[in-house]
Amino acid sequence: MTLNPNPELPARPGAPRLIYRKPDVLADRSTHYCPGCGHGIVHRLLAEVMTELDLPAHTIAVAPVGCAVFAYDYLNVDFVEAPHGRAPAVATGIRRVRPEAFVLTYQGDGDLAAIGTAEIVHAAARGERITAIFVNNGIYGMTGGQMAPTTLLGQRTTSSPTGRDPLLMGYPIRITEMLAQLPGVTYAARGSIADASQIGKLKAMIRRACMVQIEGGGFSLVEALSNCPVGWGMTPQESIEHLKGPVVEAYPLGVIVDRALAAVVTEPGPVPDPRAVPADGPAPDATAVPEA
Amino acid sequence: MTDTLEVGGGGRPKSSEEEAKRRARVLMKGNDAVAEAAIQAGCDAYFGYPITPQAELLEWMARRMPELGRVFVQAESELGAINMALGAAATGARVLVSSSSPGISLMAEAMSYMAGSGTPMVLINVMRAGPGLGGIGPSQSDYFQATKGHGHGDYRVPVLAPASIGEAMDLTVDAFELAERYRTPVMVVFDGILGQAMEPVELRFRNPARRTFDWALTGAAGRPARVIKSIDLVPEVLEKRNIALQRKYAEISRHEVRWATESMEDAEYVLVAYGTAARVARSAIEKARAKGIKAGLFRPITLWPFPSRELARVARHAHAILTVELSSGQMVEDVRLAVEGRCPVGFHGRMGGLVPTPDEVVGALKALHGKVERTREHEREEQRKRQHASAAAPAERTHRAEADAPARGHALANAPAGRRDGGER
Ligand SMILES: Cc1ncc(C[n+]2csc(CCOP(=O)(O)OP(=O)(O)O)c2C)c(N)n1
Ligand code: SF4
Ligand SMILES: [Mg+2]
Repeated sequence: MTLNPNPELPARPGAPRLIYRKPDVLADRSTHYCPGCGHGIVHRLLAEVMTELDLPAHTIAVAPVGCAVFAYDYLNVDFVEAPHGRAPAVATGIRRVRPEAFVLTYQGDGDLAAIGTAEIVHAAARGERITAIFVNNGIYGMTGGQMAPTTLLGQRTTSSPTGRDPLLMGYPIRITEMLAQLPGVTYAARGSIADASQIGKLKAMIRRACMVQIEGGGFSLVEALSNCPVGWGMTPQESIEHLKGPVVEAYPLGVIVDRALAAVVTEPGPVPDPRAVPADGPAPDATAVPEA
Repeated sequence: MTDTLEVGGGGRPKSSEEEAKRRARVLMKGNDAVAEAAIQAGCDAYFGYPITPQAELLEWMARRMPELGRVFVQAESELGAINMALGAAATGARVLVSSSSPGISLMAEAMSYMAGSGTPMVLINVMRAGPGLGGIGPSQSDYFQATKGHGHGDYRVPVLAPASIGEAMDLTVDAFELAERYRTPVMVVFDGILGQAMEPVELRFRNPARRTFDWALTGAAGRPARVIKSIDLVPEVLEKRNIALQRKYAEISRHEVRWATESMEDAEYVLVAYGTAARVARSAIEKARAKGIKAGLFRPITLWPFPSRELARVARHAHAILTVELSSGQMVEDVRLAVEGRCPVGFHGRMGGLVPTPDEVVGALKALHGKVERTREHEREEQRKRQHASAAAPAERTHRAEADAPARGHALANAPAGRRDGGER
């Protein structure tokens, strides 16, 4: 399924060969996620990519409010908790004062596509050099399976008990496509955790998004279509089938924009490099004060 | 405002040295001066969103911070600004955010997170009149918000209230020190008069020494990963965090209370006021003294922790207290709590962006003075009657008469409310 981040060669032909090892950045503990939940898979992919790109020691990550609020318990990197939906603003603050850090956000669909729409749109519009991992399970998992802006038409949730009716509850948001319109977005893609092949592709997307940041590009975002068996009222297996069927139909998979690959010259001028912060402010100097 | 005041509460310069200092002063707008003070104090990053009457502060930062290679971001909203501040501060940067009343309401959520997670930051509120969109005139109607509230949960933030532009500059620097020493957001509150008026200020700057933070997020190279968070779903663990927070607040209350007094040596009537209201009160005191009312000023500088003990001491010797605010009467609640009935407490305030004139305050003081004098005369009369009665009647009558007599301060406290006439409320 995934490649060994640190392959160790066999001592002699025919000897057992290590083909996979848990990345060290992934904490040695069981998660609080429900059986069959996709969050764990996304955590693991992130851990693998961060390890492969040698990022953990430079990473400052932002945890969301949602089922992944405890992401810091599973990924051994520096973490700050953001208020519900505000992770992109928090990440902006980190980015601006820590130009050398790898800055990562992890958000659910309620977090990113409902309460936090302003923050995500403007972080993307500013072209903040941050990487956003967006886990879209079409529901508010943590609070008990209420309707999210991403919930499919007709889908029953605890707050749309007879199914999502577009006349009363509007239509699902494809926020990644919306964000991809913005020139500040260097990379936007949508993958899925539905099966091994999709997981492999999703990992490649996450890797690409991280590379964009490492190489000094703008905002990068990967939407991971995920499941919530509990919130959807399905068995894990049923939820995977549902994910592969109606969910992917509503949210097409693939790279939506990759401006680093496209002719960058067509874009408006480059965003000025993040401003370095001196370790100590300048010495107090009255003469430096401009006229009022 | 018609009265002019010395910056930083200093007297008129007399010696040639002081005269030279005076000449070194620069005429600056409050918002600009405070912004520059923050810059000289080593502020690494500023995040803001335009709102009157603090926009000059944002504009000053927009020009100066990039000049110095530091961070300025105009956010998409006050939510954006304060959460950017949260992120930057979590890495150990010295961070300033400013706004005015409606914007502070939006920042309340993140303030709670920062208090809960121990993230230092300085937030300036250039207060305007509310509620709602209200107006842009000067106001102190965010006293409750600053001292009792903003966000949810059991937390406090130190609140500093300057009464001059020079003091605002000093307190902004102190606010950074407090924030970093106690790992807490700190607020500096003043109003549009201080923010937008020009005053001669001395260019005295300080850049507080940097502490080493064992909590700052810098990337977990060669050390275990760090987490800055407020969540704890285990009640027993969360309560421990709560208790630690309360200990911190107790320590702040012990060590960081600030207040100032003026003309208090012989004062019988004490005006309690902060910020712009204190400047009006100062002028009123001069006028009142000319009319024979011995008045003095007690000016809280930290609104939280409130100088309760110090005010209680003052109340022991005062005939009465008059609280003056640019609000319907918010701080006066803390004044009453501190005074605990030791003397009558009156109130005079204006709302909607209006500032009481010194003459208004003198009028309120005279009304209060009159009531107190009448009460005192009444008490003396009762006392005479009691002495007369006890000489002629059995002991239990004396006892009853005493219970019936109005306790000192009670008669006033129960009198009909009158905000504008300086009556009790
Ligand atoms: C300001 C605020 N409003 C509401 C909540 C309650 N809340 C917690 S998580 C959540 C929704 C999370 O949904 P999503 O982002 O999709 O994450 P998931 O749990 O599905 O992974 C809500 C509404 C909150 N914590 N804060
Ligand atoms: S509620 Fe849904 S999203 Fe949350 S852990 Fe359970 S399955 Fe996962
Ligand atoms: Mg969700």
